[in-house]
Parts: sequence; structure tokens; C-alpha cells
Amino acid sequence: MSLGDSATPLGRVRGLGSAHHGGEHWLTERVTSVALLFLGTWLLASLLLLPKLDQRTLIEWLHAPSGAIPMGLFVIVGFRHALDGVKVVVDDYVHQEGSRFTWNILLLFLAVGGGAIALFALARIAFGSIA
Amino acid sequence: MVVSILHRATGVALSFAGLGILAWWLFALSSGPDAFATFTKAATSPLGLVVLIGITWSFFQHLLSGIRHLVMDTGAAFELGINKTFAILTIVGSVLLTAVLWFYLLGVAK
Repeated sequence: MSLGDSATPLGRVRGLGSAHHGGEHWLTERVTSVALLFLGTWLLASLLLLPKLDQRTLIEWLHAPSGAIPMGLFVIVGFRHALDGVKVVVDDYVHQEGSRFTWNILLLFLAVGGGAIALFALARIAFGSIA
Repeated sequence: MVVSILHRATGVALSFAGLGILAWWLFALSSGPDAFATFTKAATSPLGLVVLIGITWSFFQHLLSGIRHLVMDTGAAFELGINKTFAILTIVGSVLLTAVLWFYLLGVAK
């Protein structure tokens, strides 16, 4: 939807149109995707290289900076990329402005909340003592 | 066409199921033996394995079709033949990688 210069100021506000953040969103999605290419490969390779996947081995892995730092990045970049990606799906399929707004707010809360839980757990492992 | 839809579907699956399980896994891991035992029990149940296999396939599919989209962002590989081959390769690749991974995992574990 694009409104030309002939629209009244009220019409332009109601019609919204471009918020001019589209390019930034598009680029962020791609930059995070390249980061996740590396971080995702790291996560998979690390899990495969661990001798066992029991609690003690996993905690020792994430207690060390070499495990904790990339995992922290994976969580942050992963949730950000997921939020950016799902927003595109919502924007494509939810046409009513009010419900689109509601969906986007809910997804933002979900992503921030989920990311906070994961980061808290990671911090507890990284900064805690190994039992 | 199909691969483009798969990219979205697997992306949504990874966002909700994938990251949800990642958060649960990390939280259980940090919460002590009981919480981790509950997670392991759920993850190794038949339904848990189906979900985990589904997530690993989604991961590989989304990764490979993501690479395809990045290549196409540069304006390359839009010719019909190359484009179709590339699309089919992402599916072949994701199924193959998932199969190899799980044969390895289920073969080594116990």
C-alpha cells in the first residue's frame, strides 16, 4: 500500500505506509543468518565431539569460557533471528492491523522471555561451581 | 516453490519448538539432577525422539535453503535449471545429514 502526496495528513497517518525500517530488518536477518551458520555448526560439532551427553559432561563444557561464550552468542543471535523471521510470516499472513500488532508484541515478549530463561540458565552454569 | 515454503515452515518450527527445547534443556541442566532427569526422560521417549529428529531435519533444511537464499540475494542462480537443482539438493542434503546424524547418535548411545 503506498499513498501518494495527494493524501491528506490524516489519511497518511491512518494508511501508515513505510516505516523506513524495512531495509535494516532485511539486513539484520541476513547478518544473523550468517552468524548462525557458524554458531549452529559449532553447536552441532561440539555436541558430537563430547564423549557423553550426561549432565556432568555438559556442565563442564558450558562452565568453560570456550563453551559458555559461543553458547551465549547462539542464544542471543538465535532468538533475534527467530523473532525477525517469524515477524515476516506474521506480516505476510495477518492482515488486520490490530491483530498484527498484538501478534508482534506477543512474539517479542516470547522471544525476550525465552532468551532470558536460556541466558539465566547459562549464567548459572558458567559462573556456578561444578557440583 | 516447495523449498521456499519449507524454509518458512522449518523456520517457524525451529523458532518455537527448537528454541523452546533449547531453553528447557539449558534450564534443566542448570537446575540439578531431578530437572535434568525429567528432560532426558521426555527427550528419549518415542515422542521426544520424533520431535528431536524433526528439529534436526528442520535445522539442516533451514540451513541449506538459507544458504540458497543468500546465494539468490546476490542475484545468482535464478536460471530455471540451476535453481531447481539447487532446491532439490537442499532436500536431499537435509534428509541425508539427518539420517547420518541419527544413525550415528542411536548407534553410539547405548
